[in-house]
Amino acid sequence: MHYRATPQSDGAPEKITVKELDFYYGDFHALTDITVGIKEKAVTAFIGPSGCGKSTFLRCFNRMNDLIPSARAEGSITLDGKDIYATGVDPVDLRRRIGMIFQQPNPFPMSIYDNVAFGPRLQGVKKNELDEIVQTSLERANLWKETKDILDRNGLALSGGQQQRLCIARVLAVEPEVMLMDEPCSAIDPTSVQKIEDLMAELKGRITIIIVTHNMQQAARVSDFTAFFLQEVAGEPAVLVEYDRTANIFTSPKDRRTEDYITGRFG
Amino acid sequence: MNKTVTNAIALAVLWVAAILTVAVLGTVILYVFINGIGQMSPSFIFTWPEGVAAEGGIWPTIVSTMYVTLLAMVIVTPIAILAAVYLAEYAVQGRLVGMIRFAADSLASVPSIVMGLFGLALFVEAAGIGFSMLSAALALSFLMLPIVMRTTEEAIRAVPKYIRWGSYGLGATKWQVVSRSVLPASMPRIVTGIILATGRAVGETAVVIYTMGQAINMPITPFDSGRPMTVHLYLLAMEGINLPAAYGTALLLMILILAFNLGARYFLRRNRKV
Repeated sequence: MHYRATPQSDGAPEKITVKELDFYYGDFHALTDITVGIKEKAVTAFIGPSGCGKSTFLRCFNRMNDLIPSARAEGSITLDGKDIYATGVDPVDLRRRIGMIFQQPNPFPMSIYDNVAFGPRLQGVKKNELDEIVQTSLERANLWKETKDILDRNGLALSGGQQQRLCIARVLAVEPEVMLMDEPCSAIDPTSVQKIEDLMAELKGRITIIIVTHNMQQAARVSDFTAFFLQEVAGEPAVLVEYDRTANIFTSPKDRRTEDYITGRFG
Repeated sequence: MNKTVTNAIALAVLWVAAILTVAVLGTVILYVFINGIGQMSPSFIFTWPEGVAAEGGIWPTIVSTMYVTLLAMVIVTPIAILAAVYLAEYAVQGRLVGMIRFAADSLASVPSIVMGLFGLALFVEAAGIGFSMLSAALALSFLMLPIVMRTTEEAIRAVPKYIRWGSYGLGATKWQVVSRSVLPASMPRIVTGIILATGRAVGETAVVIYTMGQAINMPITPFDSGRPMTVHLYLLAMEGINLPAAYGTALLLMILILAFNLGARYFLRRNRKV
């Protein structure tokens, strides 16, 4: 059996509640029986070896998996108590509330300004309001100082780390309640990693952040809660092994497998 | 045989093949250049042919060629792009889409003279448009359509999935993803495809000879007939009317097509480097 409880210690409200989630790609059963409560305005880290379904799970929250025809989720995920897989829920609306940062920085091949204004424009925000949104979002992403004089330059001209912060600014511009980060630091240089981690610390008082990371030190540094996922047998679905306050996971894990993983015995 | 020798021989063969290719191109260009350069002058480009020997310039044929080419481009571009967007983004990938692609590829390999004959039957006669810019442009558009459609489809497919995800992740609908992220990202390659197809239309002879007419005429409306540069060249040379003017026309035609190809390269490069 695996760990299914939610850390109760501080009574912080849950932003996202997952109950008995099973996930399939066609015949392949990727995740089974995941139950977890994501705390509001905190950083939650998903850790685990490659291929254990962390990213798949993350993509369930903004229904990004809907884009894969054979993908199918069973069980329930609620955002503020409302089932996001219920009929009548438009994934397009959902994705405005739950932004996503990808492993590969993916600025659009257009100006820095247009990148940040992209989301607001989709929603029909008026032209005269865009300047302010762009500036505020770039400021929140700690990128304003570097880019305020080159807003018309192509976003792809920025360095990898700046590109990732541009993507964060682009997400912040639509004022999401949750930000999903799928290994946001694995494709960028160490100095930029530092900046993004600082940024997460600044943002978490404002929004709920979930980060998937391969890097346990990073999980320990940035997160308040940590969930450890593991696929124990190849071909079998992955499970949530343990979920707790990050301090507890890294100092006194309750499950032997968590301990083995964080002490580097596998993965 | 020892490896070094084999390597040297292989290298030599490859070199010869490469040099031969360049030499053929170089010879053709040089030949046309040497024979045609004597004709080059502003008056050759900007005046009308005169008399039975077609002395003077070729201006109306240049205008006819550009007219029909641009008209064909305007007709082809929206249809080809919309068809490509449908095939790449919306259609359920399966037998039907495979058949459409096969049809497009087959259309691209139909001999142009057959397309000319078809244009004559359909547009000039059945539709009653007559020999005109419009008939020729419609027939040319059949030739260009598969080229533009397939390059556009490839361009759309080459857009990294991360770009799409980024767009979906910001709450874009499918159409917003396609129109605001995918198409702008693939635009340099789409434009390159359009320019290359247009370059091909400029040099096309068989299609226009059946559909545009042969009388030298300055086209104003799309229903006017005319004589494109390629047909002018053909008539001057085949009937031995004025060989120097034929070479002059050939040189201008080559420069025009070269300009299209260089334009396509320039456009692609400028958009690649950020």
